[in-house]
Amino acid sequence: MKILVCVKRVPDPETVIKLTPEGASIVTDNVKWVINPFDEIAIEEALRIKEKAAGTEVVLLSIGQKTAQEQLRTGLAMGADRAILVLTDQVVEPLAVARVIEKLVGTEKPELILMGKQAIDDDSNCAGQMVAELLGWPQATFASKVVLGGDQKGAQVTREVDGGLETLAIPLPAVVTADLRLNEPRYASLPGIMKARKKELKEIPLAELGVDVAPRTRIVKLETPPKRTGGRKVGSVQELVQVLHDEAKVI
Amino acid sequence: MGNVLVVAEHLHGKFPKTTLVGLQAGKQAATLAGGRCLAAVLGKGVDALAAGLAEYGVGVIAVDGAPYEHYVADAYTAAIAEIVKQKDVEVVIGAATAVGKDLLPRVAARLGGGMASDVTAIVDARTFKRPMYAGNAIATIQIDSAPRVVSVRTTAFDAAPKDAQKGTVEKLAVTPDAAHAQARFVEFAETKSDRPVLTEARIVCSGGRGLKNGENFTVYLEPLCDALGAAMGASRAAVDAGFVPNDLQVGQTGKVVAPALYIAVGISGAIQHLAGMKDSKVIVAINKDAEAPIFQIADYGLVADLFKAVPELTEEVKKLKGA
Repeated sequence: MKILVCVKRVPDPETVIKLTPEGASIVTDNVKWVINPFDEIAIEEALRIKEKAAGTEVVLLSIGQKTAQEQLRTGLAMGADRAILVLTDQVVEPLAVARVIEKLVGTEKPELILMGKQAIDDDSNCAGQMVAELLGWPQATFASKVVLGGDQKGAQVTREVDGGLETLAIPLPAVVTADLRLNEPRYASLPGIMKARKKELKEIPLAELGVDVAPRTRIVKLETPPKRTGGRKVGSVQELVQVLHDEAKVI
Repeated sequence: MGNVLVVAEHLHGKFPKTTLVGLQAGKQAATLAGGRCLAAVLGKGVDALAAGLAEYGVGVIAVDGAPYEHYVADAYTAAIAEIVKQKDVEVVIGAATAVGKDLLPRVAARLGGGMASDVTAIVDARTFKRPMYAGNAIATIQIDSAPRVVSVRTTAFDAAPKDAQKGTVEKLAVTPDAAHAQARFVEFAETKSDRPVLTEARIVCSGGRGLKNGENFTVYLEPLCDALGAAMGASRAAVDAGFVPNDLQVGQTGKVVAPALYIAVGISGAIQHLAGMKDSKVIVAINKDAEAPIFQIADYGLVADLFKAVPELTEEVKKLKGA
């Protein structure tokens, strides 16, 4: 089977995000860029499926600037077979991302799309659900366990939902989005990194796809939220209880 | 002017507080849009729920039938899209719960419109504020196309009160097409707890890696929660280490809470955790590391060994309550 894994280049989660003075974007100098952590989990899951089912091909897809090659090479070094980079300088919103994926599904014809549940930059948590709808495929978001049927015609997916765990049965093709507990992604090995250099990384200019990526939404401005400042240290548990009762009046 | 449709999620025959928060946001948007506020309740045998929902003064649309017995994104998308079409809906709103996050983007794609996730403020019927970058930036977003789809952060709006003026109830029959009847619900393994729900509690006590193991959550943190009548939460580090179930995770990619009192025990205060609790009214941090970042945002900090301080705190709270 073929698995398409969607990968986004994002600032490292440990990066302290600062806004440009005019509030139009974030300051990108000295930012370390990484694979969106949830997408890394999606890559790992695809590789685990490949290890169990011979003949599985894992194809990575990213949309963005040429610099996203770095993240795709990392994914190839982890063990993915080849990669596609759709090149654009513009910011593509989740619906446009979903339309690009939909278009490439038309030529790649994967049985499974795996992606992170949300990108940690815009925190939208939308693209997976949107691509499922555009394709008319079932979806299983926030996955913590994926069990493929022996015939590879369907899967049982355990999902992290409010108040517990839910299990869905879905026929393939389908979209599955990864949550944190799905797996622990591997590091790329040195031989993996060497091999990745020779793997195919195909670049396609976004304009060549003929996809409607016109934005439906517009960021009017970005602001830094009001800073919360610390209060004071208390000397003992007794003092803590007293201030919570007498001063803050919360207990 | 267009109407606003709120997706009213329910569990065990009741509407959780998060649904009432969605209703409040919907009513606010309807006032700004100059339209009516409608609410959709989907399920099997939802007459009582629909009647209950009407008490909030909204026009209820009930979609009743076997395909909706359990929530599944594809079937629910088909029904919501049909309501949008028939009822001149301009904005679809739901709470950003696990269901809302799963369903609403799919609805947006179905409608071909714009979506804003995890909205914290409604500026006007097309302009919304939402956090990005783990809450390090607040974006003001304008959605130019309609219908627009919005999920709202459950801590950012009050719960809607009941309305003196009861709303109407209308039944709508929708059968999902084959493409929207593929996913099948298998089971829900519910975490049973007598404590308040994390997103509804007035007090939340969360534990982090400092608690060292799951047993210590039971031995140290649970008695404190029970003495305070608090919900229990956890940092991602504690959840990843397997100390507690995942649905207790507070943070950027877990639950967002804003209780009157948040007590962080053995939590260092990573950006991702702060994103889920920094709007709490009063924050207390107990940590043996005086340099832990959590102290930079805590109203009251106690530098102490949690294994001594927490049992002491539990006893002091009990004394106070007994007094």
